[in-house]
This record gives sequence, structure tokens and C-alpha cells, in this order.
Amino acid sequence: MELAHTADVEAFRAEARTWLRAHVPARPLPSLETAEGFAAHREWEAVLHADRWSVVSWPEEYGGRGVDIVKWLVFEEEYWAAGAPGRVSQNGINLLAPTLFDHASPQQRARVLPSMASGEVIWAQAWSEPESGSDLASLTSRAVRTEGGWLLTGQKTWSSRAAFADRAFGIFRTDPDAPKPHQGLTYLMFDLRAPGVTVRPIGRLDGKPAFAELFLDQVFAPDEDVIGEPGQGWRIAMSTTGNERGLTLRSPGRFLAAADRLVGLWRTHGDPSDTALRDRVADAVVGARAYELFTWANASRFAAGGTIGAESSLNKVFWSQYDIALHETALDLLGADAELAEGEWAEPWVFSLAGPIYAGTNEIQRDIIAERLLGLPKGRR
Amino acid sequence: MRFLLTDEQSDFARTLRSLLGSAQVPAAVRAWADGDAAPGRALWSRLAGTGLFALAVPEAYEGAGLLPLELSLGFVELGRAGVPGPVVESAAASVLLAELADEALAKRFLPGLAQGETSATLTLPDGSPYALDADAATYCFTVSGAGELRWRGGPREPVRSTDPARRLSLPPAGGDDGGELLAAGPAVTRAAEAAGRWARLLTAAQCLGVGEALLARTVEYAKQRTQFGTPIGGFQAVKHRLADTLLDLEFARPLVWAAALSPGPGEVAAAKLAAGEASYRAAMTALQLHGAVGYTEELDLSLWLRKARPLRDAWGTPSACRAEVLRSLTPPRR
Ligand SMILES: Cc1cc2nc3c(=O)[nH]c(=O)nc-3n(C[C@H](O)[C@H](O)[C@H](O)COP(=O)(O)OP(=O)(O)OC[C@H]3O[C@@H](n4cnc5c(N)ncnc54)[C@H](O)[C@@H]3O)c2cc1C
Repeated sequence: MELAHTADVEAFRAEARTWLRAHVPARPLPSLETAEGFAAHREWEAVLHADRWSVVSWPEEYGGRGVDIVKWLVFEEEYWAAGAPGRVSQNGINLLAPTLFDHASPQQRARVLPSMASGEVIWAQAWSEPESGSDLASLTSRAVRTEGGWLLTGQKTWSSRAAFADRAFGIFRTDPDAPKPHQGLTYLMFDLRAPGVTVRPIGRLDGKPAFAELFLDQVFAPDEDVIGEPGQGWRIAMSTTGNERGLTLRSPGRFLAAADRLVGLWRTHGDPSDTALRDRVADAVVGARAYELFTWANASRFAAGGTIGAESSLNKVFWSQYDIALHETALDLLGADAELAEGEWAEPWVFSLAGPIYAGTNEIQRDIIAERLLGLPKGRR
Repeated sequence: MRFLLTDEQSDFARTLRSLLGSAQVPAAVRAWADGDAAPGRALWSRLAGTGLFALAVPEAYEGAGLLPLELSLGFVELGRAGVPGPVVESAAASVLLAELADEALAKRFLPGLAQGETSATLTLPDGSPYALDADAATYCFTVSGAGELRWRGGPREPVRSTDPARRLSLPPAGGDDGGELLAAGPAVTRAAEAAGRWARLLTAAQCLGVGEALLARTVEYAKQRTQFGTPIGGFQAVKHRLADTLLDLEFARPLVWAAALSPGPGEVAAAKLAAGEASYRAAMTALQLHGAVGYTEELDLSLWLRKARPLRDAWGTPSACRAEVLRSLTPPRR
């Protein structure tokens, strides 16, 4: 067992750090949940891409550097420590891309990945429906066969960043007569500007249009935009959720940087006699470290040929709870200033509150942990 | 970077686990609590056979070298099995004597400790005033605030612990009660700091094992206890509490490993904090989900239930550990 990195990894870290120091915008970009901020973040993606830092773990042919998971984690540490902007392309990079690497044809990859890497095309995830949240398999949006492709009809909702995004990926019912709800589903990509698509932005808690409803009326998606075999949508989608909950969606680097900022805030704003608050700052430091180490253990397992299964649910519950506790502690340190909507911690706090809901609610994750990791009896779901 | 146990390390833990699994530890614990140390001592000598105690002693004194990671793995197993006695204290005393680098003292005490032929308890300045299992230990070492290392034997005034298997005693009033003065000065203070860190680390490892034992027993119980015509483990409120217990333990474990790899004060404090809290919460979950039967001393579960809280506080309360974590951050990490 060994926590030190090889010289090669440290050289990569130094290269990333140098580049980030020279390129990270001096002033924070406007919120990416606004039209102006979305555009600014898209430009940042292009800056990252120009020097091949936008998708470091992808093969070089798609704009990446082909680095392994250890270097990816190191890059993430440097990225967040440098105070670099949030990633507007994260749905595509973290959710769709792994699916494409696992299930798409080489032609599809060549068509979709480069523009994703450059930020030219920003992707939205169109899975949830008004009546299908936790019970995703009950979804009713349909895809009906037509000449050269499919016609999509139905309603999707809570689609992050769809208010400003270009394209979407989702699951549609192609065989309404299939015996089980998980069967007869197909994984498709479609254009958010295609005829028949209506996008209605939804304001989240702070009013910013961070997600949207999608109304689809006979929207054409060509055959080349089907991922995998028609009818296999559920299996393909589930291979993506592991990525979402597992370590790629929320890398430890993000929380290490946040904990550092919290300690800084405590040093400047902390009342030394308030040991209860001090204890919560300590818990944030320990939590970030625990998540970092847990992730390194997983990364080592990957490197040794292992996979991540239901363990990703442990990650998801941990980081989502941790994120809220950390931000609440920051607000408590700020006292009266905590309620200022333009404060540095306000938007991240609002964002943290959604963690236990998206990517599969924490209740559902706890079911998975109990049934798959502890072997407890399956309940009704 | 390879943050995974080696095969040898895993094998060592597995060997200990199977040895302890067949050793009827609960009976030894109950005897220990009643003042009969014989079965416990027999258990210790079997443990000595695995080389466990040698992992806190340099090779020059019949030890295996100071190997905190291997030792921590061993202590997870001691916690899982609920092994009684001053295991942490004996290892910490070995570290203290090793760090002192006093040839004569090392020769006198370390080989016996390495072989598990002798045992020791230890009190340090700023630590608990109560010596653990002084009545069963061969040596009772104390370090005073003034940096004096002494040892004494003989019976001392007993004080009952909420865990009857932890037999506490108060040192006689006054620092200089006639125990033999072994060493004094800043070197003793420094060695005592190292010993205290090891004690904290090994207690953290023990906590992890205690928590795992509590979770495993509770999961088994939840699968077989039936109410409303179905195993209680099928109820979501029960499942979620157990899922949270696993979560606590799984995120404490890597902190313990990392602290064993680089036993600095901050890392060790983080490990102790997380493992101590995780195992205490596991105890509360175990108690609740066993219902009334969990509240009885007859059930073996009680052996771990009563240990979890004292271990959470031994060698560094959560509050002391949190303060240490923040202290160790200056200067900031980046
Ligand atoms: C910020 C944010 C971004 C999102 N982004 C996207 C996106 O980009 N694309 C997308 O497709 N979706 C997105 N979602 C939707 C998200 O995936 C769903 O909100 C989530 O799956 C839960 O579904 P629901 O909101 O319908 O809640 P419901 O499923 O109605 O659940 C309501 C409550 O009931 C509980 N519950 C439900 N079933 C059970 C059960 N069996 N046992 C115990 N408790 C249960 C839930 O845990 C929850 O607490 C986003 C959500 C948020 C908040």
C-alpha cells in the first residue's frame, strides 16, 4: 500500500497546474445557469479544449490525453484547487460519453464526441418525466418507427441545462406491449432545436433556469442516433448511472477545494469560542479527506482490473450529504451575510441542496446499499 | 499510488480473523470481566503466535519492526472479535520504549512484549487518568507531566467501567509513589507523544472492527427476525439505518489506512474521529434494531455494545480529535 504518486503522475500534475494558473479566469464567470453565464462557460470549454484539457481521460483522437483514472483524479484536484469554473458540458462528458464508449458504434463516436469535447455542442439528459422520477422504468414517452428513424412524442422534465443546451439524450418506449416496464425501451439522441421540440425553462429554488421541461411532438431522430440496439435502452441507461453516482460526477478534488475555502472562511470569520462550529469545520476537513481516500481506494481497484457496482451508491449518498453539511457550515460562519444572494457561498449552497435528489434519490441509493451490499431482503419498489 | 492492501497484508488479517473466530472470545471476555484473566491470557498467547505483538517492536529487540499498517489491520480484527485486555496499551508501551532509544531499557522490556509473554498498560500526561487492566498487565507504565517514566506492579484501587471487560484503576495519589523511575526528560516526553499517537491509531482500528462486528450481527438478525409476517430487514426504515451504518464504516476505513501509512497527528486524529463515531453509531443502530433483546447483557452483542462508547472516547475524544485535525492544518494544505 502506497499513497505517493509516481514521478510521471507528479509531472502531469505540475503541467496541469501551470496551465491552469495561466488560463483560469481571474474573476469568476457569471452563473452558468443564466444565458450570459452559459455562453461564458461554453467559451471556457473551448479554451480548455484548445490545449486538450477538457476531456483528459478520453483517447487522443477525440481531443483527450488518454490518461488513466489516477491522472484524471489528479487533474480534478488541480482544477478545483485553481478555482476554475464549473463544467457546463458535464452531462455530456460524464453521462453520455461513457455510454458512447461502452455502447456506440465507431461512427457515432466520431460524430458526437469531438464537438462535445470542444463545448460546441452541449448535451442535456432527458430521462425523467412528470410521472416517472424514482420509478424511471414507468416512463411513457414514445418513439415510433418511421422512414429512416423514429418519431419522439411525450414530455421530459428536470432536464439540467436544457434551457440553453443544444442536444439531448434520453430513453423512450419503443415497444408498449413489452411484458415488463424495463423492456421495450430505446436509448436515443435528439436535437433540442428540431421541429416539434418545445423547451420550457424551469426556475430552480433561486429562480435561475437551471433545468427545463421538454415537450416532444413527433420529433424526428434518425436511426444513426440510436445508441445500442433498440429495446435495450434500460440496460444501457443503467450502465450510465454507475458513472453518475460513482466517482466521475463529483470528484474529490471539488470537495477538497471547498473544504480548504471553508477553513479559510473559519480563520477569518470564526468565533474562537464557538467550538460547535469549529467541530463542524473539522468534520468538513475530515469528510473531504475520507472521500478522497475512498476514491483512491476505488481507483486502485479499477487500476487492478476491478469494477464499480453498487458501491457507487455509497459514494452518492456520502458526497451529497457532505456537500450540504459543508455549505451549511459556511453559511453559519457568515452569520447575517449568509442570506445575501450574491454571496460567494449562496449559489453553491442552493446547488448542494439538490444532491440528495438527483442522480437517483438517496432513499433509492440506501435501498441499493441495503439489498446489494448487505444482502437484506428486497422490498416493494 | 496503490491504495490497496497487498496480498500479504490481507492474508495476515484473514489468518487472525479465522484464529479469533474459533477461539471462543466471548467466554474469555466474560471471564475477564469477572476478574479471571486466564482464558484471556491464553488467547493472548495464541495471538502472540501470529507475530501480532512483534509489529510494534524493532527487529533489534525480537520484533518485526515498527509496522503500523500491519498492526492496524490486526487491531481491526481484535475489535471485530472483541478481544479483552490492554492490547492498545501494550503496543503503545512498546512504541514508547522503542522511541526512547535507551538500549538497557529496550533490552529489558521489549523482547517480552514482542513475544506476547508480558503485557503492559500505560497512562500518559493529558490522557485518561485511569489505567486499563492494570490488574492483569505485567507492567503498569506511567509518564508524568514532568516527563518521568515509571513502572510499578501490584494491585491498585479499582474503578468500574461501563464496559465490565475494561478494568480500570486509578494510580495512587501523588506522582512519586515509589514506582521505579526508568527515564526522565524531553526524550521521554517525545517518546510519549509517539506512543499516544499509536495508541490513538490502534484504538481507531479497534473501533472499526467493533463497528463491523456490530453491523454484521445486526444484518444477520434483521434477516431472520420476523415481525408482521416478514423479516424486519425488508422494512425500509430498518434497511436505511443499516445502509447508513455501512456508509459510516466504509468512509472511516480509508482514513485508518492512510493514518497507518503516515501517522501524523492530523491523519491519526481524523481516523480516530471517524472510526470512533462510526462504531458508536453502529452500536446505537445495533441496539435499536435488536429491540429489547439487544438491551440484555446475556446476548453476546452486549460485549461490543458496551465497548463502542468507551473506545470512541479512549485515547482522544471526538472533540480532542477535531481540535487536532484543525491544528494540524496550519499552514494550509495548499
Ligand atoms: C437539480 C436537479 C437536476 C436534475 N437533472 C436531471 C437531468 O438532467 N435529467 C433528468 O432526466 N432528470 C434530472 N433530475 C431529476 C431527478 O433525476 C429526479 O428528481 C429523481 O430521480 C427523483 O424523482 P422525482 O423528483 O420525481 O421524485 P419522486 O420519485 O417522486 O420521489 C419523491 C420522494 O419520494 C421518495 N421515494 C420515491 N420512491 C421511493 C421508494 N421506493 N422508497 C423510498 N422513497 C421513495 C424519493 O426518495 C423522494 O424523497 C434532476 C433533479 C434535480 C433536483
